[in-house]
Amino acid sequence: MPLPWAIVFFPWLGALVLAAIPNGRLAARVNIGVSAVSLVLALTAFGEPAGLSGWTHLDALNLPLLAVGFVVGLTTAVYSAATLDAEGLDALGARAYHAAFQIFMGAQALALLADNLGVMWVAIEIATIATVLMVAIHRTPAAIEAAWKFFILCGVGIALALFGTILLYVAAQPVLGEAGLSWQALNGAAAQMDAGLLNLAFVFLLVGYGTKSGLVPLHSWLPDAHAEGPTAISAVLSGLLLNAAMHAVLRGKSIIGGNPDTLATGPFMIALGLASALLASLALWRRADARRLFAWSSIEHMGLAALAFGIGGAATLAGLLHMLGHSLIKSAIFFGVGQASILKGSQKMAAIGGLIASHPGLGWGLALAIAGIAGLPPFLLFVSEFGLVAEAMATNPWLALPLGIALLTAAAALVSALQSLCLGAPTPDVQGARTTVAATLPLWLHLGLAVWLALAMPAFLASLLRDAAGLIR
Amino acid sequence: MLGNLAYDIAHLLGGGVLLISFMLLYQRRLAAVINAFAMQGVLVALAAAWQGIAQGEPGLFLTAAIAFAAKAVAIPLALRLVLKRLDLEGSAEPALGIGATMIGGVMLVALAILVVLPATAGAHALAREDLALALSVVLLGMLMMISRRNAIAQVIGLMGVENGLLLAAIGAAGMPLVVELSTAALVLMLAVVAAVIALLMRERLQSLDTQALHRHRGEQG
Repeated sequence: MPLPWAIVFFPWLGALVLAAIPNGRLAARVNIGVSAVSLVLALTAFGEPAGLSGWTHLDALNLPLLAVGFVVGLTTAVYSAATLDAEGLDALGARAYHAAFQIFMGAQALALLADNLGVMWVAIEIATIATVLMVAIHRTPAAIEAAWKFFILCGVGIALALFGTILLYVAAQPVLGEAGLSWQALNGAAAQMDAGLLNLAFVFLLVGYGTKSGLVPLHSWLPDAHAEGPTAISAVLSGLLLNAAMHAVLRGKSIIGGNPDTLATGPFMIALGLASALLASLALWRRADARRLFAWSSIEHMGLAALAFGIGGAATLAGLLHMLGHSLIKSAIFFGVGQASILKGSQKMAAIGGLIASHPGLGWGLALAIAGIAGLPPFLLFVSEFGLVAEAMATNPWLALPLGIALLTAAAALVSALQSLCLGAPTPDVQGARTTVAATLPLWLHLGLAVWLALAMPAFLASLLRDAAGLIR
Repeated sequence: MLGNLAYDIAHLLGGGVLLISFMLLYQRRLAAVINAFAMQGVLVALAAAWQGIAQGEPGLFLTAAIAFAAKAVAIPLALRLVLKRLDLEGSAEPALGIGATMIGGVMLVALAILVVLPATAGAHALAREDLALALSVVLLGMLMMISRRNAIAQVIGLMGVENGLLLAAIGAAGMPLVVELSTAALVLMLAVVAAVIALLMRERLQSLDTQALHRHRGEQG
């Protein structure tokens, strides 16, 4: 079996096993094991030659996303095992939760690895169904509302994406015949395809997959979905699902960009990205719920990434760094917020305060992570935002004002959230609740990775990312 | 080999699907919405089977059979059973007047034609007009989703969108994976239907009106 297939099928095999384990704690440990082996498989892929194997392919663009995805998968599994008791799932719920988690991991890997755009679409659909299940797992009215909205909006989103995929095929069919859904074939032959159809296809792909990556105007499922379900799910939603969807947008963009007669794709991405970032930076103010706050911050960051890809040139690399950095830091934040809400018995902003004074390990970790997501040095998002702003100023000076407003408004909102969550006098804890090393370690690990990648990124990874930026046209 | 006849019948069936999309828009009662949806399912299945003959593509017969079984029989039956079991005589709870919805629908079809026909000047006639029809059905499905507050009506709107996708996929001659993709899309629809049924059966929510859900958004208090 080719390695990319193993990366997809191993988590799915794990899901089958996990669905059969009645003991929640044992399942949580097996879940860690499956995630660890998946990570090793994903890291071995760096040694594989790039290229096609059946319906999957490996290239510079999907490799780094895949690796970060499985790193987040493993740390989330560890965090999830450490907080399983606090989530209060019944036996059946725990089985469904662990199985859905691994189904999701396999599906997001397939979405990144698929060469066939039809397969990529199916993978994103499977990931959607698996996450809906996990969001609804507590079955409270709020969870049901969130899952319903998620389902309906993302249903529309992926329906539009499928329409875009069909349009791509219609454009490719006269040139490529039956091979018309392979990304590599499409990417190579884009110049001979009908430009009008490609334009139309891009609009549908952008709005469709853009919905899944939280871009305006179909973003409103995202805060609801992130606020419900086990906190571990918010971490993989923000860290993995949004990236997989953005990656799909990028694949579409580079096909359309390969045809000189099409409309420029950049302005579309700039418009959606800027609108998302501006809207989210305003929405970050006055949030009452901590998880919804950071969900809005995900919308802001995906908007910034889309903006970077829209500007293109040197900003493309910044956009890729932004996706990786956002994955790492945002999931770290959800680990911190999740633990804080277990300690305080509520995820409301008003209930959480003074974490540094009462729980220094968690409090400092969360404070640093929030500083990181606000774009402060020395974390990876500082590097990417700096690159984005520099390139925006150089190529589109008029962008400086709206972009600056978005970045500063968001940073100010996040710093004020940092103050209210981490500083000041501690709010009372729930009786008997305490932090554990296993739940805090993933947070610090992610922070470490985000600093390491910002200050001392290994040369091979840097050159890989440069190649990836070259793939996006 | 079938030449014009193939083209005409494909058009007739596609046009029928579009017509039913309009019928879905003006039904006020849920039972009628479900009936119209079942009819649309029959027509889409016929369209898929006809493309199977016209393109000589046996896989499309499978698509047609699956579409018929699910959309013309299973889903309408399940929804009707649920309505009966829960004794819901529900109206489709239009959030937008019927007249306004119909005008909106006509404008969306015009939009679909204006967008698709110039953009696809290179492709051949059948593909172009098929795409215009399919996009119209997709847009009308979305219009139905936003103009109805009732959960079942919204789900049927989403399935209308999916019918439009199927129409587009079967019209794209020789599309690989068409069976797999249409089945995967159907699985998503089945999951949504299952979700809405589960939601109703739990009876935590007294009404089908999705407005009742919005109260539960996590932002209060």
